[in-house]
Amino acid sequence: MNQMAGNYITEDGRKIGGVIMEMKHITLRFGGVVAIKDISFDIHEGEIRAIIGPNGAGKSSMLNVISGFYHPQEGEVWFHGAKRPPMKPYQVAEQGIARTFQNIALFDGMSVLDNIMTGRLTHMKTGILAQALWKGAAEREEVTNREVVEKIIDFLEIQHIRKTPVGRLPYGLKKRVELARALAAEPKLLLLDEPMAGMNVEEKEDMSRYILDTNDEFGTTIALIEHDMGVVMDLSDRVVVMDYGQKIGDGTPDEVRNNQQVIDAYLGVAHD
Amino acid sequence: MPEQLLFAAEVTLNGLMAGVLYALVALGFVLIYKASGIFNYAQGVMALFAALTLVGIMEGQVPFAHLINITFGTEIHHFGWHVPAFLAIVLTVGVMVVFAWCVNHFVMRHLINQEPIILFMATIGLAYFLEGVGDLMWGSDIKRLDVGLPQGINEVIDQVTFDAFGYGFFIDNLDMVATVIAVILVAGLVIFSQYTKQGRALRAVADDHQAALSVGISLNYIWVLVWSIAGFVALVAGIMWGAKSGVQFSLSLIALKALPVLLIGGFTSIPGAIIGGLIIGVGEKLFEFAIGPMIGGATENWFAYVLALIFLVIRPQGLFGEKIIERV
Repeated sequence: MNQMAGNYITEDGRKIGGVIMEMKHITLRFGGVVAIKDISFDIHEGEIRAIIGPNGAGKSSMLNVISGFYHPQEGEVWFHGAKRPPMKPYQVAEQGIARTFQNIALFDGMSVLDNIMTGRLTHMKTGILAQALWKGAAEREEVTNREVVEKIIDFLEIQHIRKTPVGRLPYGLKKRVELARALAAEPKLLLLDEPMAGMNVEEKEDMSRYILDTNDEFGTTIALIEHDMGVVMDLSDRVVVMDYGQKIGDGTPDEVRNNQQVIDAYLGVAHD
Repeated sequence: MPEQLLFAAEVTLNGLMAGVLYALVALGFVLIYKASGIFNYAQGVMALFAALTLVGIMEGQVPFAHLINITFGTEIHHFGWHVPAFLAIVLTVGVMVVFAWCVNHFVMRHLINQEPIILFMATIGLAYFLEGVGDLMWGSDIKRLDVGLPQGINEVIDQVTFDAFGYGFFIDNLDMVATVIAVILVAGLVIFSQYTKQGRALRAVADDHQAALSVGISLNYIWVLVWSIAGFVALVAGIMWGAKSGVQFSLSLIALKALPVLLIGGFTSIPGAIIGGLIIGVGEKLFEFAIGPMIGGATENWFAYVLALIFLVIRPQGLFGEKIIERV
């Protein structure tokens, strides 16, 4: 399964669609530091794609390139078969790419429900005057969006905290609320930046289950970053491995696991 | 002695109503501070500018008349028409929205991620710039603002209190109207921020910029929106102060009175701005009434600042501000 020109079927029998996003020869520099060096890879519709690598490998930078927080000096980003011009993060969100953050970026002062409702903003089209007058279209829109949000609250089992201000929640739940907010956008592509960072084993298992269920139930395409190898291998269909800003491996978990360069990067090489 | 009590009651009522006006100005500060972390020194000048523009439009004044006349040797001052108050207010709101866009487009947009002190300096510059533009556009003479609000003593209250206590309270109609309008304005702002899409986006930006971007909120749009709302609040405050004491350049100094209001109420709290305004309004009037005569009067000039200093020592975050907890 080295050539991924089109559709394929995963080991567990799920049908994966065509390429939804393609990164072509991305290079990102901060001054003299090269964070990403000439990396290309693609993401297929409906798959769970992981980007792994040791600390400082450039994984988060790559995610920030996809979500428009960073702009690469070289290379092209293709989404839905079209080359994407340089975009601001909110424009990327409007295109249907939602994300979570490694250090959780929630609205602490707002309730869980309100936080998740912000995820629906890209689906709300009524203008400011209609909203201010709170009539007709605006009201209907609020109701429809509320239904989607309720479904997600059910799905992620956070009914009991819906009115709680997010700032008061424990870490694991915050991570779940952040996932809920991203899901509320009904994204075409969901980016998860270290969804399991800082979690204990039990929380990690929960989160893995939610990620798999999301992919299964909504057919969401997911790209995630993780440095915990074990978790990634169980979760993902295909894996990109980065080290020092370069791509050193790309393939199924099995292929990657047996890749000598990957083993060296993770376990170190004997220098003689 | 009961007469003294009646006096005190009257002074308190008047203080509450003066406090509403302080609260209106403070509200404009809080809105911008919450959404963008900018302490907008220009808020008072915005109130002045809005009031000047309103008068100018109502009286059909030609903007930049002095400049035009000097450059082209003409002698024009007025278009010769009068615009009805309501239409003029709508037009002035339009001007304030354009101003908001300009502030964001030419100034604030370029200062993203700068230190708060730099943003603050920018708003000081903005204040003096806007004051100059206001002068150039509409001239610097004191103008009378009459948008048809009732003024003068409220006869009914005077009569009722006279019958009840044998002493008639002096309550200005304008103060009562200002109070009602302020209540409506605050209620409107609360509903807007709690129940509309833009309000939710605004709260989101106030909370976390990065997260707001990731859910598809354009920061520029929100900032223009916030400055527009602050401009609208400034207009309301400008109308009230202008109707009370004429539109003059000292109007911008009321911004300084809003500072102690914010120190007492907290910079990030809308209820705080209101309560703070009321405390200062009542406090300074009662202090002047009770203590003033003993120490030679004119205490209203400094009372608010001394009160704010006391608050700074006891409760630096203000009554309703977010508590500052620093992990070490």
